Amino acid sequence: MNRKRRAKDLALIIVIWMFSLVVVVFLIWMVFSVISGGLAGISLDFIMGEYNLHKGRTGILPMIAGTLILILCTMAIAVPVGIFAAIYLTEYARQGFLVRAVRFATESLSGIPSIIYGLFGYIFFRNVLGLGFSVLSGALTLSIMVLPLVVRTTEEALKSVDPGYRESSLALGASRLYTTFRVVLPCAIPGILTAVILSMGRVIGETAAVIFTAGAVPRIPRPDRVLSSSVRTLSVHLYLAALEEADFTGAFATGTILVVIIAVLNFAAKKIARRIERRSGQE
Amino acid sequence: MAKPYHQGFEKTIELVFAVSAGVSIISVVLITVYIFAAGLPPIMKTGVFRFILGTRWKPVGENPQFGIFPMILASLFGTAGAMFTGVPIGLFTAILLSELAPKRIACLLRGCMELLAGIPSVVYGFFGLTVIVPFIRTRLGSPTGNSLLAMIVILSAMVLPTIVNISETSLRAVPMEYREGALALGASRMETIFKVVVPAAKPGIAASVVLGTGRAVGETMAVIMVCGNIPRIPRSLLDAVSPMTAAIAKDISYAGPQHRSALFGIGAVLFIFIVVLNLVLNAVVKRSAGGRA
Repeated sequence: MNRKRRAKDLALIIVIWMFSLVVVVFLIWMVFSVISGGLAGISLDFIMGEYNLHKGRTGILPMIAGTLILILCTMAIAVPVGIFAAIYLTEYARQGFLVRAVRFATESLSGIPSIIYGLFGYIFFRNVLGLGFSVLSGALTLSIMVLPLVVRTTEEALKSVDPGYRESSLALGASRLYTTFRVVLPCAIPGILTAVILSMGRVIGETAAVIFTAGAVPRIPRPDRVLSSSVRTLSVHLYLAALEEADFTGAFATGTILVVIIAVLNFAAKKIARRIERRSGQE
Repeated sequence: MAKPYHQGFEKTIELVFAVSAGVSIISVVLITVYIFAAGLPPIMKTGVFRFILGTRWKPVGENPQFGIFPMILASLFGTAGAMFTGVPIGLFTAILLSELAPKRIACLLRGCMELLAGIPSVVYGFFGLTVIVPFIRTRLGSPTGNSLLAMIVILSAMVLPTIVNISETSLRAVPMEYREGALALGASRMETIFKVVVPAAKPGIAASVVLGTGRAVGETMAVIMVCGNIPRIPRSLLDAVSPMTAAIAKDISYAGPQHRSALFGIGAVLFIFIVVLNLVLNAVVKRSAGGRA
């Protein structure tokens, strides 16, 4: 190789490494600036306190509760529907028009931005169905939003189950449904768990679709009317605290909590993925 | 031994599975129908051309005007800017991940990308608001710092995970023989990557760019916090702008009936943008599948 070509190669390698370094530096800068601004604001009083601007109380317990409620309700809808859909696609359906239509629809859903989901939820669930700003409107909207993620991840998990298991079970005289529930699904549980964790992350991080459907009321809902009351999630709170309520201490602290939650969820998803890999390596 | 399920139960559950699979189809239909049902009437009322190409947005007052051209431009400029910086950085990072980096570093970098993908868009926006915007205000002399430039910086970072992830997958899918062949013919390592591997992975890279574009066009909360929300045609990178997504989200909570339906109109226009991008994506993917067969 002549000298000029070698120099060109080296230059390109340096550029590639530097560009990638920019990405890492940006990430560290962002995480560090949010956390360093937020750590001081986090206290027991902040996490367990009520929120009432008039009394100068800026605790985020209502937002934590709101986030948890919304996650639970969304998962209660999206996980069964998503798993059933994935089972249908992998275990029952024959390749044909319906399967192609479902696949096209799932792909289209994953390309729709959250603001459109928000608008749709606002128009359809809030106005047309008359659900108002409520946990139910929010959970239904978010369920549609995370559905592609649940379906696709579960499908992959089901597909990776050794076909021999299915065949043995069917050969022993078990029905298709029995095989699915007792043989295939248990094997796919880690993959399904990944789907659940990833969609939890989506719900936690979502703002636009939530604020239009679940609203932004910073109060813990009464136990007897959880589904019909409006809640405020942590992400929505970060947005409002920073932009409307000029409560930067609270915003920084909320941002810190969000970053930590996402990091933990990512770590958990990775751990599970590694376990799946190791297990399939043994087989 | 466990009891087998009742025959009727089997049939019922099978139906439940089929219906669940149908939920996504129903959702897509419902979303399309309702976005257009709410969005098209206000566009028709203003007139398609005056709505899309009108340059004045005055939703309140005696003589309201609904021209969203400045918002469309802001969305396009912001997205184009994000792609201009995001694509090279993302592509190079993908190349590093699939071709150059030692396993340890690749693993670490991939973890970074996953975190970047998982961090909520409000956190990006908040970082922009507290770090990027003041920087632009004090160093570059924009009056408030809320600007097209701030929007581009944040969007560039937000499209990275999409671009890196999908480009890396398609680079990895290039058969090892291509690399070995090129190297055996005397090409250098970089010549192999840029003249053989990258061209072979082109369809996947193109798909990643289209998907990233979709993300940038649709991003709302991060943008709303840094763009300034002024619907004027931007004359420089330092001007405040208001892209379509931000305009919808900013105003909807306190808009009057006429104003609100105009916002639904913006939603319909945005939806058309997304549909077009999806069609482009399908064409790209289909062409690559056809090319390989």
